[in-house]
Amino acid sequence: MYALLWRLLPGPWPAKTAQALVLLAVVFWLLMYVAFPALEPHLPLEQVVVG
Amino acid sequence: MPRRFGTTAITCLRVLAELLLTLGVLLGALAFYLLVWTNVQTAAAQEELLSEFRERRSDDPTRAVAPKPGDGLNVLHIPRLGKDWEWVVVEGVDTDSLNRGPGHFPASALPGAIGNYAVAGHRATHGEPFADLDQLAEGDKVYVEAADGWFTYRVTWTRITSPSAVELIAPVPGKPGTEPEVAMMTLVTCHPRWGSSERLIVGAQLIERRTLAAGAPKELD
Repeated sequence: MYALLWRLLPGPWPAKTAQALVLLAVVFWLLMYVAFPALEPHLPLEQVVVG
Repeated sequence: MPRRFGTTAITCLRVLAELLLTLGVLLGALAFYLLVWTNVQTAAAQEELLSEFRERRSDDPTRAVAPKPGDGLNVLHIPRLGKDWEWVVVEGVDTDSLNRGPGHFPASALPGAIGNYAVAGHRATHGEPFADLDQLAEGDKVYVEAADGWFTYRVTWTRITSPSAVELIAPVPGKPGTEPEVAMMTLVTCHPRWGSSERLIVGAQLIERRTLAAGAPKELD
């Protein structure tokens, strides 16, 4: 899976490393600003209101 | 034959292992988000809200009567929860508002007014303002630094109730439909701390009003 991704990235290994890091940063950003905030209201610890 | 089967099995196992590792990393990231990231975000929002509130307090008296959703409404001080325990209450109890600080139920009274000033806040994550709300006992003071003065409330009851107990944020807590005669406050959060099966509610009654000019109650100095 990750080996395939590594093979798909173009260029020599320093370029591949840089691209992998950029991909990681994008995934981190998506998790922190999109995925987790969307998931959060469904977690029990977020329900603090009566009604 | 056996050899080919072996490589297929190894490939499958490797993919499975990578998926499980990924799942582990994702769960770790979720823990990081809940325990670190949300607290940092809320702290930044609070800092901004506090400086904005203090800057505009004197020259925008309308805020005290008609707050807009998301506004920093006033500042709560609860010395029992920490000497420097201060949180800006925002107007509204939607997810976005609560993620920036404790939220004021828009239909409830404003601090100092006859009726019930009701506020909900996170007990875990997002700065966890009400993490230790269960430490409050009868007689403890809750100070409100509002746009139009200082209000001191005294805790009169605490209760653990079902999540549907809306009657406790009524103008007269516990008696919906009754005309209020005193100024009350209720603080609402989840119970147990990391769960949501119940709510922890603390009720307090107004015991002192001070003008802005009179300054903070001396207990806060």
